[in-house]
Amino acid sequence: MFQTHKEIQAAIGSGQTDLKSLVTTYLTNIESNRHLNAFLEVYGEEAMARAAELDGKTTGRGRLYGMVIAIKDNICYRGHKVSAGSRILEGFESIYSSTVVERLLAEDAIIIGRLNCDEFAMGSSNENSAYGPVLNARDNSRVPGGSSGGSAVAVQADMCLVSLGSDTGGSIRQPASFCGVVGFKPTYGRVSRWGLIAYASSFDQIGPLSHSVEDSALVMEIMAGADEYDSTASSKPVPSYSTEKFEKKARIAVLKNTVDHQGINTEVRSETERIIAKLKSEGHTIEEVNFDLTDYLIPVYYVLSTAEASSNLARFDGVHYGYRSPRATEMDSVYKLSRTEGFGREVKNRIMLGTFVLSAGYYDAYYSRAQKVRRMLSEQISEIFRSYDFILLPTAPSIAFKLGEKTSDPTEMYLADIYTVLANLVGVPAISLPLAKSAEGLPIGIQLMAEKHEDAKLFGFSKTLMQWSTLYP
Amino acid sequence: MKIDNALVDRLAELSRLEFDDSAKEQIKGDLQKIFDMMDKLNDLNVDGVEPLIYMSDEVNVLRADEVKGQVTREEALLNAPQHDSDFFKVPKVIKK
Repeated sequence: MFQTHKEIQAAIGSGQTDLKSLVTTYLTNIESNRHLNAFLEVYGEEAMARAAELDGKTTGRGRLYGMVIAIKDNICYRGHKVSAGSRILEGFESIYSSTVVERLLAEDAIIIGRLNCDEFAMGSSNENSAYGPVLNARDNSRVPGGSSGGSAVAVQADMCLVSLGSDTGGSIRQPASFCGVVGFKPTYGRVSRWGLIAYASSFDQIGPLSHSVEDSALVMEIMAGADEYDSTASSKPVPSYSTEKFEKKARIAVLKNTVDHQGINTEVRSETERIIAKLKSEGHTIEEVNFDLTDYLIPVYYVLSTAEASSNLARFDGVHYGYRSPRATEMDSVYKLSRTEGFGREVKNRIMLGTFVLSAGYYDAYYSRAQKVRRMLSEQISEIFRSYDFILLPTAPSIAFKLGEKTSDPTEMYLADIYTVLANLVGVPAISLPLAKSAEGLPIGIQLMAEKHEDAKLFGFSKTLMQWSTLYP
Repeated sequence: MKIDNALVDRLAELSRLEFDDSAKEQIKGDLQKIFDMMDKLNDLNVDGVEPLIYMSDEVNVLRADEVKGQVTREEALLNAPQHDSDFFKVPKVIKK
């Protein structure tokens, strides 16, 4: 099976394959992996028709010609269903396409289906989807991570070459780590959020998952950039991520109280230490720096993200679109019953929590205080980037855990995001690289972060590091 | 912070959600655990720190005042749970 766009392009160029046979292969893989529940919908006929059409295109081929992509079920694609993994949007059909989908299609990508995820992207194991959990292809008794669990498994099991996920607190990187693929969270504002179903708007970013850094970089190069439909999208020019290299010796910071945190799995810790030692032996500078806010990351993330979620999810009212309870008899019960029956447990938890932290009497003590801590975090991380190129962290404190292992206590599940929320809280780019594995052979991701708008530098150095991957020799 | 029925009821009303007795016990338990975790924030001294509110670096992104980005009536009604040819339909709001 092809692992990179470059291989595919070579095979197309030499006449070894064409797009119809490529799509057929992916559709066969999707069919034989149906039990993993990664796809909520497969656009089989449509993808075949587009492949046939593109096979006839001999000149002016787009840069993603031959790339088969699947998208997370919270990214809108005109004329196609999108449900954010929720009953409340069951049957909903997009009336416009997200900017990212438009840009991928314009470069001749083929979109093969939409991918399962935690409801409204809220979760770390994909067990919160209203359409059932996704299974990790490496070990079916384990979770793929979340919330972009379907996106990670689709790449892991070669059901598409690249997938799109969204990352609010780690939802691309943590499943990438659990499934042994590359997952990239861009600088906040680097990619337009137009057409992404909102969870927490000051955190959300769309990003790619793939086997290679080069493919994530290429897809980012095409998706990124100013957009008239998203005023928070950065107007800075987009560098050539796909050709970017970083061949100097890097200065890398390791935050105190992270690799040596009490909650970390011993194998994740020893593998991270192995990578650190390897970096040192290659001549990079790698130093431990003071950071005393680790234990505040999860609390501040949940205060702020739930506040934004409670506001964003107020739009689901049972009137304009989505589910309406058949038991509703008057206006108030249209709202209440539709929301109560349409949303799942974790989504309700977060709406209630967000409503609390924004309510009169508690706003200053929780919401405003958390925004202040966000400023402190932002300043501390900026200060670190004045002296260092990158920050290195594990992506997740554990390897992929068993289905049902963390579903009884929500706070235990939240700790799965302890190393990933930082990048979203301060808006910097971050990547999870499949550089290690446990004794059992389960993937372990290593995370690198760079300063805001240094996405190119991060891709450049990641390419160097991927040469050490034990999963993709 | 102790989560009691009165607080759950007030938040549910503000959130337009309902919890029956067993759902209420569950959410009380969940919220209690989450609040205990969030209370950690009170250990930090944040005096003199300005809240960080906007994450985008863009300032005053303006566009020409042109009508665009509209959807048609058919598109707007496409996903409505109940509608007629022109309007979203809801239960009667004004009583005689």
